Amino acid sequence: MRIRNQRDFRAGAMFVAIGVAFAAFSQSYALGTPARMGPGFFPTMLGVLLALLGGAIVVRSLATGERKPMEKVRWRALVLILLSVLVFAAGLPRLGVVVSIALLVGISSLAAEDFRWKETLASIVVLIALSWLVFVKGLDLQFPVWPVFLVH
Amino acid sequence: MELLANLGLGFAASLTATNIFYCFVGVLLGTLIGVLPGIGPLATIAMLLPITYQFADPTTALIMLAGIYYGAQYGGSTTAILVNLPGEVSSVVTVLDGYQMARQGRPGPALAIAAIGSFFAGTIATLLIAAFAPPLAEVAFEFGPAEYFSLMVLGLIAAVVLAHGSILKALAMVVFGLLIGMVGTDVNSGVARFSFDIPELTDGIELAAIAMGIFGFGEIIANLEQGEAREVFTRKVGRLLPSGAELRASAAPIVRGTALGSFLGLLPGGGAVLSSFTSYALEKKLSRTPERFGKGAIEGVAGPESANNAGAQTSFIPMLTLGIPTTPTMALMIAAMMIHNIQPGPQVMTSNPTLFWGLVTSMWIGNLMLVILNLPLIGIWIRLLTVPYRLLYPAILLFCCIGAYSINNNVFDVYVTLPFAILGYVFRKLDCEPAPLLLGLVLGSLMEEYLRRAMTISRGDWSVFVTRPLSAALLAIAAALLLAVLLPAIARKREQAFAEEES
Repeated sequence: MRIRNQRDFRAGAMFVAIGVAFAAFSQSYALGTPARMGPGFFPTMLGVLLALLGGAIVVRSLATGERKPMEKVRWRALVLILLSVLVFAAGLPRLGVVVSIALLVGISSLAAEDFRWKETLASIVVLIALSWLVFVKGLDLQFPVWPVFLVH
Repeated sequence: MELLANLGLGFAASLTATNIFYCFVGVLLGTLIGVLPGIGPLATIAMLLPITYQFADPTTALIMLAGIYYGAQYGGSTTAILVNLPGEVSSVVTVLDGYQMARQGRPGPALAIAAIGSFFAGTIATLLIAAFAPPLAEVAFEFGPAEYFSLMVLGLIAAVVLAHGSILKALAMVVFGLLIGMVGTDVNSGVARFSFDIPELTDGIELAAIAMGIFGFGEIIANLEQGEAREVFTRKVGRLLPSGAELRASAAPIVRGTALGSFLGLLPGGGAVLSSFTSYALEKKLSRTPERFGKGAIEGVAGPESANNAGAQTSFIPMLTLGIPTTPTMALMIAAMMIHNIQPGPQVMTSNPTLFWGLVTSMWIGNLMLVILNLPLIGIWIRLLTVPYRLLYPAILLFCCIGAYSINNNVFDVYVTLPFAILGYVFRKLDCEPAPLLLGLVLGSLMEEYLRRAMTISRGDWSVFVTRPLSAALLAIAAALLLAVLLPAIARKREQAFAEEES
């Protein structure tokens, strides 16, 4: 059988998987009775419902509707953006906010097609200054400003 | 005269120096992000939600967040008129005639009529909220757990029906949202569900982190894939004030747009977006010269702009009186209330009258600020639009990350955004509209709670939802809505309607 709508097919399959996973995991909690529902009752209900909806989406994607192939994934943007956030989160408690901002902005800027390094350097300086003013001075958020190993 | 007393109470709350200041911050920020395509009010409110933890008074928090919301509608139309690109979804139709007016050398009147129309609509909608919210809340006091559960079912289904795209997928997204809402400690039994022994997860996943991941980061990645092309109107704006003839032509569309928007704003899902589309269609139909539409007809700016602002404001009514979010933005407003330990629902009006009336009156003040603020600042907005996206998105990313961190002063919430960013990206690739997920997410634990209470009272009898008349009526409406869109004939009509909007 040919899958007419690739996107719907995969979306449906995803919902079935998520629904089944939640429903299965809910079985480790007490189900209870309808009058006295345990912590597993409602999640089981929802998980089964989601799996059913996913199944319906899969069935429909096989037969009807327009042909929709998958779009290409542009890994560069996806990976660089996620990486920059990851580095920021890992860096903040250790390297402090100044270095972390430089890393976040530097790495994420590489994701643009029209990357220019001079411009990025300038925007790092501006954003550090702005964050200093708003978050450190203004809102007094609690995080290390400089690398922890330099201060101690 | 209770209305006047209430409004007086509200103005006393909203006219304090702090609240005026944050109302100003809200509308200014809102206009800013409204002007900029690629970042919407949803991501911005999610970003700033954690910072409002720091505010002593929840009224201030809500006033600022609301300001961002309607300020963004406003800013969106500036971009629509000057750049031929909607700054926000709600200003998609403003592009049609607004940009044509700008090209014909009339950008000033187009911007001014959008401002005047929005202000008029904002004023009327504020009065409507003040007049109709109290009686609606009275009705809501009659609701038991069964009614609340059915009302939430209706709210979610109506939101799905009125939204774009496949109903089945939107329903699945709602249920997925409800499931994510299950993560965390179950209030009845104290069992930590789906937390995988991670201590941070026992309080549930932070809504703001999820919204940032799906809407903020997911959108950035998608935008980077598409690339961009903007044609910014950089000539002098020139004459601002509309001529007498232009004002006369706009008066009726503004009034009709306001009426239409005020009504449609009450419905789940559509709100501001739906009302601007409908208003445009209506004005074109009523016009004696429909051929001018799309070629710079001022009615095509006046009507939809009034409608989307009215719709944006009246969508607060269900949120404030029933505690039910009709749009993702309202879901975040509810989250903002819950952060400050205010349980949304009809009791807010009586238990926190200054919050309720302060918020309502601040909307009028905010609208006034927008008119005063925007016309002189148009030059700045134009210059801002020439800033390329490659400089903007790292800044958005940074503010989101710091926002996520500040939720609990913990990088855990920054890590949480990552899987949701991937999920948001996958949703886009699979044509799954992510907004319904957020509605489900907010309602998840509430729905479970009401379901449990209703079933405990009925001693496990499921028929309670159909034997209580009010609950039965709500469910019947939900079922009718669902049936209507799933029936092939009507489904085709609906697709046609949305296709028309898109073209």
